[in-house]
Amino acid sequence: MPTKIEKDALTGKETTGHDWDGIRELNTPVPRWWLYVWLATIAWGIALFILYPAIPLGRTATAGLLGYTSHGALDKSLRALQAERAPFFDKIEATSLEDIQKDPDLLSVALIAGKSAFANNCSPCHGPSGSGRPGFPNLEDDVWLWGGTLDQIKQTITYGVRSGNPDAHVSDMPHFGADNLLPPDDIQAVADYVSTLYGGQQKGTAPAPASVEAGAKIFGDNCAPCHGDKGQGNPDVGAPRLASATHLYGNDRATIVHQVTLPRQGVMPAWTGRLDDATIKSLALYVHSLGGGQ
Amino acid sequence: MSIVQKIEPAEPADAPEQDLRLVKDRVRVYPMSVKGMVRSFKWEVLAFCLLVYYLLPWLRWDRGPGRPDQAVLVDIWNERMYILGFEFWPQDIYLLAGALILAAFALFMVTSLLGRVWCGYTCPQTVWTDLFLGVERLIEGDRNERIKRDTGPLSWDKIWRKTAKHSIWLFVAFWTGGAWIMYYVDAPTVTCEFWTGTASFQVYFFTGLFTATTYLLAGWAREQVCTYMCPWPRFQAAMLDEQTLTVTYQGWRGEPRGKKHPDETWSGRGDCVDCNACVHVCPTGIDIRDGQQLECIGCGLCIDACNHVMTKLERPNWLITWDNLVRQNAKIKHETVPEIRFLRPRTLIYAAVLVAGAGGMAYAVTNRSELNLIVQRDRAPLFVRLADGTLRNGYTLSIANKKPMARTFQLSLKGMDGAELALPESSGGQASAVDVAAKADTVTDVRVLVRAPSSVHGNVPVSFVLRDTLSGATQEWTSTFLAPSATAE
Ligand code: SF4
Ligand code: SF4
Repeated sequence: MPTKIEKDALTGKETTGHDWDGIRELNTPVPRWWLYVWLATIAWGIALFILYPAIPLGRTATAGLLGYTSHGALDKSLRALQAERAPFFDKIEATSLEDIQKDPDLLSVALIAGKSAFANNCSPCHGPSGSGRPGFPNLEDDVWLWGGTLDQIKQTITYGVRSGNPDAHVSDMPHFGADNLLPPDDIQAVADYVSTLYGGQQKGTAPAPASVEAGAKIFGDNCAPCHGDKGQGNPDVGAPRLASATHLYGNDRATIVHQVTLPRQGVMPAWTGRLDDATIKSLALYVHSLGGGQ
Repeated sequence: MSIVQKIEPAEPADAPEQDLRLVKDRVRVYPMSVKGMVRSFKWEVLAFCLLVYYLLPWLRWDRGPGRPDQAVLVDIWNERMYILGFEFWPQDIYLLAGALILAAFALFMVTSLLGRVWCGYTCPQTVWTDLFLGVERLIEGDRNERIKRDTGPLSWDKIWRKTAKHSIWLFVAFWTGGAWIMYYVDAPTVTCEFWTGTASFQVYFFTGLFTATTYLLAGWAREQVCTYMCPWPRFQAAMLDEQTLTVTYQGWRGEPRGKKHPDETWSGRGDCVDCNACVHVCPTGIDIRDGQQLECIGCGLCIDACNHVMTKLERPNWLITWDNLVRQNAKIKHETVPEIRFLRPRTLIYAAVLVAGAGGMAYAVTNRSELNLIVQRDRAPLFVRLADGTLRNGYTLSIANKKPMARTFQLSLKGMDGAELALPESSGGQASAVDVAAKADTVTDVRVLVRAPSSVHGNVPVSFVLRDTLSGATQEWTSTFLAPSATAE
């Protein structure tokens, strides 16, 4: 409560009685219209309480007369967005991948759509920018298991790899070690030979030339039918390229031995049915554009 | 020293404090018309400001085919702002900040020199209030007539005059709101669309909004805006000092005031005859004879009013005048009156900031490039190793082409031996230089892949050079190429 109400000598007005280190405040009443504006804001606030969800009731809240929910608003704006995008998606769906590639405007739309679809669906395995990780192919480099042309990428995305879809890519490398198809010494020799294909990415001492030579022969007999005589791989059967500086499960010799003995086989889901055709096409274009597209 | 004195209670201490109210009723101000030098000048400023405001959107400026031909246009939808021959991009937003800072310092300087001339003459609140008051006076008559009508009973005369006044006010307000919109969309187009009902919702909404605010603020709120809503009167005092010119009642000459009997001589009394003309013309309804007040907008109309009275009484003019504290104090003490010092540290500092700021702005505006290049390295992956062991980094180039035509640039690299460029999704393959196309008058993003031999290690600075194949203009941006360190292998 104001205690020392005084009269200001200059203005003749009363002070509020508050004293801040000798500074005193004149008691200037607010204008009446200001009071009305203030009351109006209170009325406005009450109206908001009535019209919109407001009062929390444990796990729910009062609904408000307008029936507004933030979920409903999101839904509405998403639907508006879809309607806005529909013409582009229809066009992407109706145009062949090669023709989209030749149309810079449509391509830029497809790449953006592909990028966001990739982030939502593919990045959990392939990494946020398609850089992959051991066991999950890097999509930025130029090494492809099942081929890196637009159609091949689209095929892979649509039906997947070992996904159970009848059109899925399936390949089955023999378990050379686990099924005793090759004796352990041969596996070591093959590993020595294959590691020479890796282009000096290996650490440690170089393998013995005799072992490499023996391994080359075993490779020619057992592995070349799928992986190619120079280890160049074969996308038709999903045989990885071995003559490369970068590999799916790692570059070290132990990985080679492990893969020959008991190969690991990756699985990728079929996206047909989950994503519409335009999205799959956009994804194919996006993945192709990451840098390794053929 | 405190300016508050403790008053000895003249009445018993428990006397009712009738002045301690929470809410104050508005005292309606009925400014009287006045003629004179100040008023004429104020009319001229008002006409100038309004003409500029209403007509500027109609000024045309040829910028070539396909481009807006409005001299001043803030094209929000297309993210461009045009002022005569200048085109501004969102990237130039710092210039807007600079312009606002300059405007603030100009205001500070003018205020410290001449007091509240901004408030009194050019502030939109003042200009439109003055205009609305003029309309009111035209229809409802001058002060006394208005007071009489407002306090009188409802009559046909009252009804039609009030209706006419508010109609004209609303019309002016609508014109004002409409003109505002024209700064954001092409004026002839929007006018046509507005009246054919095809303009956008935003156009109607903002026209309505500014119509409403103009009508309410200039017609109804008037001086209440200056006194209660505007922050400027509250802190403009910080720009004033004892040298600042302000509207001043020269009390040493006017006091003791009092009504003058025709037979009375002027000796022993002040020049002020207490006619209250100065109070009646004041648009904020205050008495300048009480000294400088928060409410005074420095319009100087009271000067005109008093000069009129003094002329009639054959006394010297300028009982109310523009003067500063130093000179007034000297006059009170009959000392020599010093000259006004316009050059003083405060004004010099404001002027220095203004000149430096204006120079910097002029340089910034005239030296904006018509081509901007920004290169962003892909954050992930840091690098990609390809099958043959070479390394690759990805970059996104943002090419801002501010020319109205598409341009082709040759992109090359500087600073890294054996590096090659490639554009994904183009059949060009690897090359030491590639052609990139930039669309007209916009920013084009281009993703570029740079491939380097496996012998590259660590962080290597690499520059992207963009060269206009026609004009030869170049832009450069230095980024880094990331490769595994030599020890990591
Ligand atoms: S006191 Fe004089 S200068 Fe100040 S607002 Fe009133 S008329 Fe204008
Ligand atoms: S107009 Fe001049 S003479 Fe009349 S009251 Fe004001 S100061 Fe005094």
